Amino acid sequence: MIELQNVSRSFTVGDQQVSALRDINLRLDAGEYISIMGPSGSGKSTMLNLLGLLDRPTSGTYLLDGGNVTDLTDEQQAQVRREKIGFVFQSFHLVPRLTAAQNVELPMILAGIAPEERKQRVEVLMQNYGLSARADHRPDQLSGGQRQRVAIARATVMKPTVLLADEPTGNLDRATGWEVLKLLEGLLEQGITLVVVTHDAEIGARAHRQIHMLDGAIRSDEKHVV
Amino acid sequence: MKLTDTLQFAYGSLRGSPTRTLLMILAMSIGVASVVVLTALGEGARRYVVNQFASLGTNLVIVLPGRTETAGLGPGMLVGQVPKEITLDDAQAIRGSRAVKLIAPLSVGSATLSRDALNREVVVLGSTAELLEVRKMSIGAGKFLPAGDIHESTSVCVLGNQMKQELFGNEQAVGQWVRLGDRRFRVIGVLSSQGESMGMRTDELVIIPVASAHQLFNTSGLFRVLIEAKNRDFIEQAKSDAEAIMFQRHAGEKDVTVITQDAVLATFDRILTALTMAVGGIAAISLAVAGVLIMNVMLIAVAQRVKEIGLLKALGAPPKQIRDLFFAEAALLSTIGSIAGLVLGYVGSTIIGQIYPSLPVSPPWWAVIAACGTALGTGILFSVWPARRAARLDPVAALAGR
Repeated sequence: MIELQNVSRSFTVGDQQVSALRDINLRLDAGEYISIMGPSGSGKSTMLNLLGLLDRPTSGTYLLDGGNVTDLTDEQQAQVRREKIGFVFQSFHLVPRLTAAQNVELPMILAGIAPEERKQRVEVLMQNYGLSARADHRPDQLSGGQRQRVAIARATVMKPTVLLADEPTGNLDRATGWEVLKLLEGLLEQGITLVVVTHDAEIGARAHRQIHMLDGAIRSDEKHVV
Repeated sequence: MKLTDTLQFAYGSLRGSPTRTLLMILAMSIGVASVVVLTALGEGARRYVVNQFASLGTNLVIVLPGRTETAGLGPGMLVGQVPKEITLDDAQAIRGSRAVKLIAPLSVGSATLSRDALNREVVVLGSTAELLEVRKMSIGAGKFLPAGDIHESTSVCVLGNQMKQELFGNEQAVGQWVRLGDRRFRVIGVLSSQGESMGMRTDELVIIPVASAHQLFNTSGLFRVLIEAKNRDFIEQAKSDAEAIMFQRHAGEKDVTVITQDAVLATFDRILTALTMAVGGIAAISLAVAGVLIMNVMLIAVAQRVKEIGLLKALGAPPKQIRDLFFAEAALLSTIGSIAGLVLGYVGSTIIGQIYPSLPVSPPWWAVIAACGTALGTGILFSVWPARRAARLDPVAALAGR
């Protein structure tokens, strides 16, 4: 469960204060499927960064699973990211010199998990995502869809409670994009909270809860029963 | 994150940019190698000098006539006095000291050595049987000067190896007669070839009994008296005894100089060790330069891998872990560079040793440790800033590649 209370974020650009988020109040329940939509500059990326603890709010409080994570130190926030949050990026962000399997293994290396367990978990995931044949390929030898599947495998290998996807289909063609989206939606069955940021209305419409943003504020927050 | 994983990851990123990594290792290894080679040369020079002194004889105390005054003229010189010479009896008197093991009086002159029509201008050394052991000479054929009365002027001589070759060729020399100045001497021995020792080529010498030398050159004074102390602990006593005996015999005048080989040797040792360290220090500067290079390359690496650092942060790597990854990279580079440098240095020293076989070239252990230590130290020290810079990157900006 995620709760934002009166969260604001402003940046200093030159000598001007620019508000990216203004006094946001939002509550996401565990297992929800949320899309955040809006034009560029509406604050949806800033919102995602705040939710992912990559950025700190200028004011307000962020509660994650009931605990206040706003005032944690960098080290503690890193631990929360490691254990509870998974990221999927528009440009995949795979490490080019590592193979697909090694990229998936990376979060577990950072967490200090034993090599035997790492190997086993990577194998299972690669199998589930149909990547077994591509395990030893480097990212530049993979197609866009395969790369994003590797990225999703990496995001889920630590079994996070929240998965934050920033334009996950933005660099993919339509068919591959749908495949990737289906894969993400499949994670909902495991009880993950899925947050997808997009400016594609068609993709956003698939979410059970759609949040539209404009000028750093939530303009609408609609729930659809599917 | 486990240490092995950290190292493996760092190794992976080094492999990721092989040209840069190789160049860094090259810079580091040249630094280490130059420390190793230069100190090896310095140490070789030091050992060379020490060996030269050792070949002169061990536990040696040398008495020479005249007082070496550092503060101007001695009082005697003003009234036209020359220092009193050291006589054979003086040398015999020194034998009375219980610290003395052997004594070899030395009288030096030059004369024409001839056999039939062959002439050679040679350095003639007048001494006694004990010279053989004091100067660590060895006999190639025949015998050395016979022991006996020091005042007895027998007409026998011992030839240096080269003199024998020039006069006799491959003929038997022992038992033959040669002429030295206006006297005839019978060859009783030939020295084995020994090369140079402290500027005196024993191969080109002719050695005759000291009393014969005095007659030949019409002198009564000695050039030097070589004293071998019983052992190392007796050197100082032998020196003071010699001084006291000479003081007494020369009617209360201090007109001889007594030097110990140890004192001279220690001075050379100190000078050359200081020189080696200075040269090593200069070479160490190149290591510091390599360190700056590492910093530069690490900064570039941080800039190039900004997205990767952002990703690691998003995946939950705390700042300390990112710092450690860059430290590990620097440490790996320095270690590989040091090892390569050591290999290079030892190969270089060996080659120099082959070119100058008389120079005992070998890098001193302290220089090897210092070189590797400096390499590792500068490598890690100069990566502190780049590593901190990486650790402090803002994850959002880093992910965007800014």
